Amino acid sequence: MVLIKGGYLVDPGNKREGVFDILIADGKVIKIEKEINQDAERLINAQGKFILPGLIDMHCHLREPGREDEETLLSGSWAGIRGGFTTLCCMPNTQPPIDNQGVVEYIYNENRKIGLIDIFPIGAITKNREGKELTEIGELKRAGVVAISDDGNCVMDSEVMRRAMEYSKMFDLLVISHCEDINLSCGGLMNEGYISSILGLKGIPRQAETIMVARDLELARLTQARLHIAHVSTKEAVELIRQAKKEGIKVTSETCPHYFSLNEETILGYNTNCKVNPPLRTQEDIEAIKEGLRDGTIDVIATDHAPHTDFEKDTEFEQASFGIIGLETALGITLKELVETKIITLSQLVERMVLYPAKIVGMEKGTIDIGEPAEFIILDLHKSWKVEKEKIVSKSKNTPFLNWTLPGVIEYVFAKGKMVLGNTN
Amino acid sequence: MAFREKARILDEEGMRRVLLRITHEILEKNKTISDLAVIGIRTRGAYLAERIIGLIEEIDKFKVPLGILDINLYRDDLTLLSAQPIIHKTEIDFDITDKKIILVDDVLFTGRTIRCALDALIDFGRPKLIQLAVLIDRGHRELPIRADYVGKNVPTSLKENINVKLKEVDGIDEVVIEERING
Amino acid sequence: MVNWTGKDLLGLEDLSKEEIELILERADSFKEISLRPIKKVPTLRGKTVVLFFFEPSTRTRTSFELAAKRLSADTVSISANTSSMVKGETLKDTVKNIEAMKVDIIVMRHSASGAPHLLAKTVEASVINAGDGCHEHPTQALLDMFTIKEKKGKISGLKISIIGDIAHSRVARSNIWGLTKLGAEVTVCGPPTLIPQGIEKFPVKVTYDIKEAIKDADVLNILRIQLERQKSNLFPSLREYALNFGIDLEKLKFAKPDVLIMHPGPINRGVEISPEVADGPYSVILEQVTNGIAVRMAVLYLVSQKSK
Repeated sequence: MVLIKGGYLVDPGNKREGVFDILIADGKVIKIEKEINQDAERLINAQGKFILPGLIDMHCHLREPGREDEETLLSGSWAGIRGGFTTLCCMPNTQPPIDNQGVVEYIYNENRKIGLIDIFPIGAITKNREGKELTEIGELKRAGVVAISDDGNCVMDSEVMRRAMEYSKMFDLLVISHCEDINLSCGGLMNEGYISSILGLKGIPRQAETIMVARDLELARLTQARLHIAHVSTKEAVELIRQAKKEGIKVTSETCPHYFSLNEETILGYNTNCKVNPPLRTQEDIEAIKEGLRDGTIDVIATDHAPHTDFEKDTEFEQASFGIIGLETALGITLKELVETKIITLSQLVERMVLYPAKIVGMEKGTIDIGEPAEFIILDLHKSWKVEKEKIVSKSKNTPFLNWTLPGVIEYVFAKGKMVLGNTN
Repeated sequence: MAFREKARILDEEGMRRVLLRITHEILEKNKTISDLAVIGIRTRGAYLAERIIGLIEEIDKFKVPLGILDINLYRDDLTLLSAQPIIHKTEIDFDITDKKIILVDDVLFTGRTIRCALDALIDFGRPKLIQLAVLIDRGHRELPIRADYVGKNVPTSLKENINVKLKEVDGIDEVVIEERING
Repeated sequence: MVNWTGKDLLGLEDLSKEEIELILERADSFKEISLRPIKKVPTLRGKTVVLFFFEPSTRTRTSFELAAKRLSADTVSISANTSSMVKGETLKDTVKNIEAMKVDIIVMRHSASGAPHLLAKTVEASVINAGDGCHEHPTQALLDMFTIKEKKGKISGLKISIIGDIAHSRVARSNIWGLTKLGAEVTVCGPPTLIPQGIEKFPVKVTYDIKEAIKDADVLNILRIQLERQKSNLFPSLREYALNFGIDLEKLKFAKPDVLIMHPGPINRGVEISPEVADGPYSVILEQVTNGIAVRMAVLYLVSQKSK
């Protein structure tokens, strides 16, 4: 038995917020009360600390199978745990891609052996993510995918996208869209504008995103399907989604910590760790995204954790891979940029990083319930930490946040009923 | 490094007389002056060369050509210097081949500047001969170089510094010995 | 008088007005060396300069090579097809290998913007950017400025128009930074498809009207038009480009009588510039080439003098 005393619980799914004691027996939460006085093998004093349900990332890349040099299900699990995540949804751009039952089963089987946290695969919309032929969506669903997406690629053919959305409706399966008009962004390396012109790097106009957001919103209107817009990066996209929601279109959306903390100027000096797709935009976009997160236009903060090895990043800017790792820094960046600045409350953070992602992909998770396996984190907001390359547990170190000091040290992580991270010192 | 003035070796009048004597010696040693050219080493050597040309013209009513040499590109201590030398133009707009060259500098010390100047001159052609004229010879040679015309021999210690000031750059004609203080 | 403190020369955007002036003054001192019977001084004796060209270039490579040789440096020339890059070695690996051979200065031309910056962070040797992608070509701009200064006696206050593919031109970018730092008024002119996004934040005027760019200009710097741009629909045909933006005698009627015509070369005769203009009395195109050596000697000298 483990007794956690005096922690401040933030569990908006159960509308429970305040100081509570939590008792765990055999991996399950058996009591949540104002005051529990009982002998336990282990007593954790959580006074002055916060207890949040384990974070859920609905958009990350774990690279297995195919690029185990960048990340594996195991290393990704640990990176997630370090960042407070107890559930990850991994995107299908693996090698081979998650476009068939076999790969889905592989991921479930491997993760069962690892057994640290829950990992749910997202299936591809089209075979080989080529945007041409639909995958066997029903079979993928039966095998356990929680959504479908060709993430990394945009389904350019509007007819194909329409049919994917229409067809998925019968499984109530979420379609996650990577919105990028690749003819318009073709060859682009960063946001198009003054900075790209100074650096002589081919730009990606913001319209490459907004054109496709607009298209997919119209397709959602047409098909009445559930659409989720991945990694929103522009203020125009935020506005389009806001409008669509008002009109009753079934759309949800996400953004990532780097889109509300970094602007395009961070690329000056050819910093490849800031090369990401969609690209970092301007301060104005950052403000619009923060507003979207505040007013709920943007439902979710996901990481788009995209690990790349040193040799893929430590190269000419145009050769460098797109992507930023984010599992270990997402909570810290969000606390720093959104909670400390009072744009959202800690309870809203839990909504955007736990409750809504769970709801959107349709998983029964995201709350701390009696009788359920313990799955929460204990967070000390009085402490801060510095992002250091040596301390990153992800196999890849491609983060633009090196040397940032971030608020909130995660002291304990309980996942699937087990304490997987504990303050032993 | 700070210096304190120790003694004045030449004033304006003294400098004029010394240069006049050098000019006479040059004319005496070189019977014909039609193939003579005077080349000064930047900065102060160039002005001294100009003055010598003026004096030759006063005496012989003939203007010999003037050349100006910047030796910084030929220095053997470029990589040792802490301050970056300022490179100026070398201006020799006549062919020095078969000319008798009078090379002029203000102070002859280790001889290394003259070594550079000789290297540089050779790159411009093959003069008939090169003679060296200096205002002050302060000794301490590190190379087998000697001047043909010396304004004044001034034995010095290595702690001392010879400061040649010319009207064209410093507003005054004088030569002083300075002594290094605190160091 | 400023001292040169940088290890590298990567672009003019990073330099101060004083540093640019310092290079131009030094270049003036070096120009005379190329006029001597023995065109060589021993200044960089024992130094090794590697000319690392990942893009074809005759002019710039030759100019750098002569500049280095006239300063008595040893030069090694590596071009993309002879280096091992083709075998899949990364740029960093190749360069670390070169550096292990103890070289002092690396002059690099690369098709990727920022490649010399990556190099400069990696190696101890000085890196001189000889053109990176669409970013900068600092020595070309310096020799352009040197030529303007030589011909016009000054740069400050002059009206200079840069004409052509501004969006993809490293020459244009370096010229814009350098010239405006020295007080010139720069106008860029070309079809809107070849004008970079965000140009309004650059310290330049923009016009799509060639007459506007020619009229009142003291200098016309005409950029080479890359034939492959036509394929990406940035303009419909070379013929139409020449019609609208090609500088010929007809268009020069709007120019000041003492206008200078410059071109970084190589020239597409009859496209961006007509033969009569390229070879005409206003043209200083060949003098640019001559001055290139002096400017590059100055740059090689200064980076080798970096603060120790």
